Amino acid sequence: MDEVVRVRDLRMRYGETDVLTGVDLDVRAGEVVCLLGPNGAGKTTTIEILEGFRTRSAGEVTVLGQDPARATEDWRARTGVVLQSWRDHPRWTPRRLLTHLGGYFEPWSTPERRRPHDVDLLLETVGLTDLADRKVATLSGGQRRRLDVAIGIVGRPELLFLDEPTAGYDPQARHEFHDLVRRLSAAEGTTILLTTHDLDEAEKLADRVVVLAGGRIVADDTVDGLAARVEGEAQVRWRLGGERHASSVVDGTAFVRLLLAEHGDAVTDLEVHRASLEDAYLSLVRRHEEGQGDAAARLFTEVAR
Amino acid sequence: MSPTTHAVRMGLRRGWTEFVQSLRSTQDQGYFLFTGSLVLGYLYLRRDTPVEGTDLLLPTVTLPGLLGALIAFGVVLGPAYTLAMEKEDGTLLRHRAVPYGLRGYVTGQLLFQSLGLLPQLLVILVPGFLLFDGLMAEPAGWLTLGWVLALGMLATMPIGMVIGALVPSTQKVGTWGLLPVMGLMGISGIFQPVQQLWGWVEVLAQCFPMYWIALGMRSAFLPDDARLLEVGESWRTLETVGVLGLWAVVGALVTPLVLRRMARRSTGSQVEAARDASLQWVR
Repeated sequence: MDEVVRVRDLRMRYGETDVLTGVDLDVRAGEVVCLLGPNGAGKTTTIEILEGFRTRSAGEVTVLGQDPARATEDWRARTGVVLQSWRDHPRWTPRRLLTHLGGYFEPWSTPERRRPHDVDLLLETVGLTDLADRKVATLSGGQRRRLDVAIGIVGRPELLFLDEPTAGYDPQARHEFHDLVRRLSAAEGTTILLTTHDLDEAEKLADRVVVLAGGRIVADDTVDGLAARVEGEAQVRWRLGGERHASSVVDGTAFVRLLLAEHGDAVTDLEVHRASLEDAYLSLVRRHEEGQGDAAARLFTEVAR
Repeated sequence: MSPTTHAVRMGLRRGWTEFVQSLRSTQDQGYFLFTGSLVLGYLYLRRDTPVEGTDLLLPTVTLPGLLGALIAFGVVLGPAYTLAMEKEDGTLLRHRAVPYGLRGYVTGQLLFQSLGLLPQLLVILVPGFLLFDGLMAEPAGWLTLGWVLALGMLATMPIGMVIGALVPSTQKVGTWGLLPVMGLMGISGIFQPVQQLWGWVEVLAQCFPMYWIALGMRSAFLPDDARLLEVGESWRTLETVGVLGLWAVVGALVTPLVLRRMARRSTGSQVEAARDASLQWVR
């Protein structure tokens, strides 16, 4: 079975508020899929439903062949969750905690997939070897996050969930984390589903980006595919006779050819930028929010009358 | 070994690790020394006060009851605070994310909270025996101490777990745990015979396990004629077993349901909300 996650028409409602209004999502084995969206779009709700931590209102969800809401402990042993811990286990050391939590996976160890991971190797992988025997309470925020990741993967999951994994990371730690996720995906073939609102992160990690806005999926594509969708594919900037110019064009190459043919050497400081994921994302979210924009426009006209 | 047995073993290991870590923590050492010196200080100041109707002194009569009350106090508030805190800080969620983790977690809690009684007993008993006379007149009292402790724990620990599982935040344990337990301590015949209180208070006190644990402890530590001080001039052993047993049975039935509900509600969003709330002191 190639399909690891299959979601059809997933709906979630808290009281009177609809948070998810019909999400369809597929994730295949070995993929790294990034769930992207503005705050409040329902990313966390979606991932918590898939993790089996939250009961959905309606819809069909299959993860690793089971419904997470009624999944067995065997299913649990095949998944990993990277949690944003806060101040838990202050008296434990990273080594002791990893050994302990990893121990729960022992009954699921097979010759092909030894569970749990070797703790020393794992500590080395996340760069905590030197701190392995210090109390967790003395770790810095970034070191704690790395411990969170180690705990998430200690059971050698086939599917790993990460919710906003690098929130609060400094750039260096973020870089190391991205490296770790890529290695994990390459070496273990782990299927990874992560949420973020960091576009740069999505661009670096994801095979596929799924954009969630207003409780539904508004785009599902590769990073390049998504960027190619935006109109005004390229941004061209140049200087002509001391004056700055900029233009969004569909075909950057043709535009530049014409520009140079017309003005020749007078054109200086020429820059051509492909539409980035950021442009694509902003345009998608903007298009989605236009519905609300209309409401605002109506409100203001009514007030003006 | 089945995965469930394995999880229970993991839990026992966890409880032991937590106990050792607690013994090494200055915070917990401080708690035990503080409660110990409070109890012994109070008793020592009144070391020459006679108790009417007996030839015993006040410390001898009061210490067993106070010990019982402290045990009930620890066994209710210990789990209540721990559960309330650990569902906020993500400990519980971590266990939800590993196979049979909750089974291990609860096992660990039961062992850890039970072992936590040992230092509490030691800091009071060892100096108590040195300072005061007439305690544990009969060696058979040790046996009584054993079963009263065990049954008392079974009767009270579920209360603590249920409070911890139901309170919306750690701060609320004060209102829902600490205050009622302190109140019960005041009316459970520890500092004065329960018969001296108003009739309805006497009845109320006898509905809860604390009175019976204190009574059982007195029956273990004191010479037989001290029973003349009690209701009905008897240790009422049968009633003690009955009331504590009833609480234990009800606890064993209710606690798993409440814990399961707590686990179901434990999500990353809940942990995050608690973290945000902790930053917001004034609400």
